[in-house]
Amino acid sequence: MKVAVLVFPGSNCDQDMLGAWQLMPKVECQYVFHSESSLEGFDVVAVPGGFSYGDYLRCGAIARFSPVMKALQEFAESGKPVIGVCNGFQILLEAGLLEGALLRNEGLSFICRPEKLRVANNHSMFTSAYSENQVLEIPIAHGEGNYYCDAETYARLKSNGQILFEYENNPNGSFMNIAGICNSKGNVLGMMPHPERVVESLLGGTDGLPLFHSILNFCQHKTA
Amino acid sequence: MYPNPQQIKDQKIYSRMGVSDGEFEKITEHLGGRLPNYTELGIFSVMWSEHCSYKNTKPQLRKFPTKSPKVLQGPGEGAGVIDIGDGLAVVFKIESHNHPSAVEPFQGAATGVGGIIRDVFSMGARPVACLNSLRFGELSNERNRYLFEKVVKGISAYGNSVGVPTVGGEIYFDDCYNGNPLVNAMCVGLLKHEDLQKGVAGGIGNSVLYVGSSTGRDGIHGATFASENLSEESESKRPSVQVGDPFMEKLLIEACLEAIQHPKIIGIQDMGAAGLSCSSAEMAAKGGVGIELNLDLVPQREKNMSAYEMMLSESQERMLLVVEKGYEAEVADIFKKWDLYAVNVGTVISEPILRVKHKGVTEAEMPVQALTEEAPVYYRNSAEPVYFQEGMKRAASVSAEIKEQAEQKYQNNWMDILKDLLAASSIASKRRVFQQYDYMVQTNTVAGPEKSDAAILRIRGTQKALAMTVDCNSRYVYLNPEKGGALCMAEASRNIIASGAQPIGVTDGLNFGSPENPEIFWQIEKSVDGIVAACKAFDIPVIGGNVSLYNERSSMGAVFPTPIIGMVGLIDNPDHITTQMVKHAGDSLILIGGNEQAAFGGSELQKMLFGAVYGDCPGIDLDEASELNKRMLEAIQQGLVRSAHDVSEGGLAVCLAEKLFGTGFGAKISYEAEDPINWLFAEGGHRWVLSTAKPEKVLALFGAHASLIGEVLAEANLELWGENLPVASAEQIWAHALDHSVEVAN
Repeated sequence: MKVAVLVFPGSNCDQDMLGAWQLMPKVECQYVFHSESSLEGFDVVAVPGGFSYGDYLRCGAIARFSPVMKALQEFAESGKPVIGVCNGFQILLEAGLLEGALLRNEGLSFICRPEKLRVANNHSMFTSAYSENQVLEIPIAHGEGNYYCDAETYARLKSNGQILFEYENNPNGSFMNIAGICNSKGNVLGMMPHPERVVESLLGGTDGLPLFHSILNFCQHKTA
Repeated sequence: MYPNPQQIKDQKIYSRMGVSDGEFEKITEHLGGRLPNYTELGIFSVMWSEHCSYKNTKPQLRKFPTKSPKVLQGPGEGAGVIDIGDGLAVVFKIESHNHPSAVEPFQGAATGVGGIIRDVFSMGARPVACLNSLRFGELSNERNRYLFEKVVKGISAYGNSVGVPTVGGEIYFDDCYNGNPLVNAMCVGLLKHEDLQKGVAGGIGNSVLYVGSSTGRDGIHGATFASENLSEESESKRPSVQVGDPFMEKLLIEACLEAIQHPKIIGIQDMGAAGLSCSSAEMAAKGGVGIELNLDLVPQREKNMSAYEMMLSESQERMLLVVEKGYEAEVADIFKKWDLYAVNVGTVISEPILRVKHKGVTEAEMPVQALTEEAPVYYRNSAEPVYFQEGMKRAASVSAEIKEQAEQKYQNNWMDILKDLLAASSIASKRRVFQQYDYMVQTNTVAGPEKSDAAILRIRGTQKALAMTVDCNSRYVYLNPEKGGALCMAEASRNIIASGAQPIGVTDGLNFGSPENPEIFWQIEKSVDGIVAACKAFDIPVIGGNVSLYNERSSMGAVFPTPIIGMVGLIDNPDHITTQMVKHAGDSLILIGGNEQAAFGGSELQKMLFGAVYGDCPGIDLDEASELNKRMLEAIQQGLVRSAHDVSEGGLAVCLAEKLFGTGFGAKISYEAEDPINWLFAEGGHRWVLSTAKPEKVLALFGAHASLIGEVLAEANLELWGENLPVASAEQIWAHALDHSVEVAN
């Protein structure tokens, strides 16, 4: 199985994301630079966190124009898994692959700390290895992670089971405690918390591991 | 438009740039009797500023032991380098950005972080961690709250964006820092031995490449500004403060680390203080060659910039590279991948001079040695201050006065004293601050802020880990600079040891007032002596550092002498990683080290009861401390220690409380102290509290230096001689005190 970790100028969680995938069995993973125009041969694409283009103008607003994003659109349409974390989530929103927007944190400060999340839907390709309503501890590290969508969109996300993670103690003002959502097809995930930071007990936890296992399981079943 | 050489001399225009009459004469001598023009004078003035030349402190800095078999690079390069085995080396340095932060706290602090990160990757190392040491006036003052909040935001904005985790630090508040905050940033990097770079030019005819941001008018004369006292007029120097672009820095890191793999790169250096002038002069001087620059080729972001402005600009995120002739395009291609330009702006020449050409005119021509090694050195007068002599006289009565006040104000209710100490801004949790820093990015952080006495990072691909800390109790140093300097070193070593690491090196950030004042110079001299004594006792080399003088505001006098110790340690086995919180009910609590040397001079309790510190600072026996360091590490390596925390501000009682926070456990203290207030709250000596499941073994290892003081309880209460304090209520006070100080006042 082949995983692409996209690298934009200013990405800084690319190494962490690659490191997490490298812990998975039988996974080959590599960086794909923003200037590439093809994602052929990959089974999963991960859009890592950071400050692509310095977050200038608006988080993710410039990155979405990178050549690789056109390939990512096609990749997403093909139904293969795409995961965007933190700045990656912001980029996926800017690119229109997910619905809603991320605003400045309610307290206007950057927040970095472990945060409790609840698995709101474990019937997705990203969460199948979690149990329903399982409470996880996964760190956040962002200044603009205050998720917003209008009531109509929220109702749709909710009824389609597109809300995958919710904060237990909302840290940033996100609408209805939303921490992570997927698209209507269920193959594009965006989340502000960093699962790739909790995959080794030495670093304080492994609550992120099942997310990677879930994606792995999905891909293996599909090929099988 | 600029004054001509004769006008500069006649009207003493050089004095506006901080150049003395004597120095002006020397400049003329170095130029073979010719008077300098305005551009040359500007370059000399920044190169000879304290910030670049250490002209007031060189004789002091020479006292530091700088060698050990593991030191690959001592002071003199961008940062020091120490071998850690496995073909790897650790690179680190601390740097101040005090003056800029006083007038423009956000950018001042942000560019301080940027500057120190460049120092580290210019050595060929990937920056893996940042720490910072901050000082402000008390938070009851609105300006101080503003400076505090903005400095933290500046560090957060830059560090988070550039992707280097800010894993630790320290913050203190004291009115001596009113209007003159201290902002010292430390960066730690890792490199493979073969990637070690130097800031050196060589090979006649080779090319000088300019990389990174374009040059603007920001930061002109920043180094000179940093080498004079702050005053009401300092506000007008706001244009001397640079503006940071962390995105550009991130690109530079990636591009430079890729570029150094190119075999034809001769040298690389950051354009930091004194920008193009300093980097080119230093690289040429180190290589025993000269450099000719053509400023027409320098990328410029503003129109009609003069040679003077370009040479003195401190625009951020710029690097200078020397590349073998013929390979400029190959190197430029590496930078192009990251959307950066690498422009050929000069040539290495055999004459050891810095020659600057602009629009066909030679604007400056100066011997590089005169700008660097031959900068003036001053042996300043030193005088024992009156405050110190008076403090020594009062020292004997400090303890009795503390006891009297504690009786009067607290009726000797120890828990009430403890609760108030936990709310003191210097002791209270700093989570308000460190939650704004991404301390986990790069996923190596094993112990971030307030987890272990030192921050701990694993080294990917090895069994090793690094421990790092910054420490300085400037109250001690003020009361007794020599003992205080040694105490700072001792505390840093305790923190490193408590995390399970062997200390391997130090970088020092020396912050003082004006060296021209003999009493201040005495503080510099004595505190360096104290640090040197401790370095020798502990056998830890100093591999680099920074000096910031003139930390004075004309109306308010100098800051406390603040020599910050940045220390790094090495852990060989992940099993040795140790954190500060208790882990198991039933474990024994053991105090290591005696409190014979403990005292109240400069203590948090003295500050709380009297609103000021006076007397003499606590003592320390360095030989005993060194022996305790060894045994403590042995105890950890033998697996006897489940948690360890050093005794520092607030004394033993605060240490015990901090060991319980967030654990759900409590502690019962059974030790019968003869002098309870001294035992609980006095500071000094060389002490830790550890928790262990094997108390007999620990007691046997330490002998008379250890005492069993209590045990860990399953219930979250602190029980002390019949009194009982719920840990949750103590933690509540400690966790939110800083928020209250900032928000309630606002």
